[in-house]
Amino acid sequence: MRRISVTVNGVRHEADVEPRALLVYFLREQLGLTGTNVGCDTSSCGACTVLLNGQSIKACTALAVQADGQDVTTIEGLATNGTLHPMQQAFHDEHGLQCGFCTPGMIMASVGYLSEHSDPDEAEVREALEGNLCRCTGYHNIVRAVLEGAKAMRDSETVVGGGNGAADGSGVAMGRVREGVVVP
Amino acid sequence: MIPAAFEYERPSSLDEALALLADGGDDARPLAGGHSLLPLMRLRLARPTLLVDIGGLNDLRYVRDEGDQIAIGALCTHHALSHAPELSGGCGLIAEVAGQIGDPQVRHRGTIGGSVAHADPASDLPAALLALDAEVVAQGPGGSRSIAAADFFVGPLMSALEPSEILTEVRVAKREGCASGYQKFQRRAQDWAIVGVAAVVESDGGSISNAAIGLTNMSGTPLRATAVEEALAGAADEGAIAEAAKKVSEAGTPFADANASAEFRLHLAEVLIRRVIADAMS
Repeated sequence: MRRISVTVNGVRHEADVEPRALLVYFLREQLGLTGTNVGCDTSSCGACTVLLNGQSIKACTALAVQADGQDVTTIEGLATNGTLHPMQQAFHDEHGLQCGFCTPGMIMASVGYLSEHSDPDEAEVREALEGNLCRCTGYHNIVRAVLEGAKAMRDSETVVGGGNGAADGSGVAMGRVREGVVVP
Repeated sequence: MIPAAFEYERPSSLDEALALLADGGDDARPLAGGHSLLPLMRLRLARPTLLVDIGGLNDLRYVRDEGDQIAIGALCTHHALSHAPELSGGCGLIAEVAGQIGDPQVRHRGTIGGSVAHADPASDLPAALLALDAEVVAQGPGGSRSIAAADFFVGPLMSALEPSEILTEVRVAKREGCASGYQKFQRRAQDWAIVGVAAVVESDGGSISNAAIGLTNMSGTPLRATAVEEALAGAADEGAIAEAAKKVSEAGTPFADANASAEFRLHLAEVLIRRVIADAMS
């Protein structure tokens, strides 16, 4: 086991992990953040997309130990005080989901992309989401939602990463302790 | 799937990393972004006993203009390279190819060093390094050595690197005044290339004076299409380029797999050569 310290959604978590533990399972099983889905488990589908230091990555293709000392944002970190993030709201408003399984990954990939390209056109959004598959093939509404979400983010000047915890990552998770692991 | 258990070390210097690798023997592997090695480990096709995570060696993240060459640190991600202003002229091919690898999430993590050292015949950068006559720098316990790209790729997932060596840098000669491009064929946007073609083209008064063509996934290693290159010299119109592209069959018979027969691969290579040259010339 190896002790790591990872800031997730603004809250610092100290945990013991096996070196072979994938980041997505650390998030889901040790921290209980099950919003990040495991779809294909082969780096293809993007359902497990989270932000690592603000950039979208596939959490099934990173070891938890590689996130030691880093900053992770999951879908749970987007809403603020019960108010949906503009991109979440846009997926709701534009019906950017069918079964919903790919939705957290779609939203995280979109939010990561928009941090570098705030005003994309439709073709750019489609290209930006090439790493995310929708098994329902509901791409039209997803793309529409991302365009609407981008507009809402520009209008509200949304900053990602504030989330539920301390924005500066200084807070340490308060929660149940199971086998030496802090569980929110 | 979960990888088989392994020991994990995160050295804070290259020397420390090399010492750990040397101690770990043949089953120790360096880990950078993990986008070549971790997928294999998850499928248990690779079972290293020790991973030496060099991801924290930030002094291996650079793109440096060194006069007649550009030096690229092994830990540069594909995303960073696709936006690197230093990669212009012929070296722009590296940025072009890096921007086409996988998908945005993969490009945020995957590194040039990891991709090249992995030597997957379907990966995109090796064909570009071959077309650019790049050099690969390896550091080992005995010091550093430079390996020509043409000598680096020795078979599927096999490179000239010794188990105790770490790929630290890729060096590319600066070539201004030439055009380049990369095109690949895949079934889905993020898939591996079924065939890819990297080209560097110099032209003189509307006709091609010099061309270098690297092929992805036509063989167990990336290949240079030398017969095509020779036939392209002097080509000035679409017809001449199309005739030259037919010579790709002289690079050898490609392999067949579930994605494509050998004949289809040859067809794809011919079409992609035509397209990439036409795009580069326009």
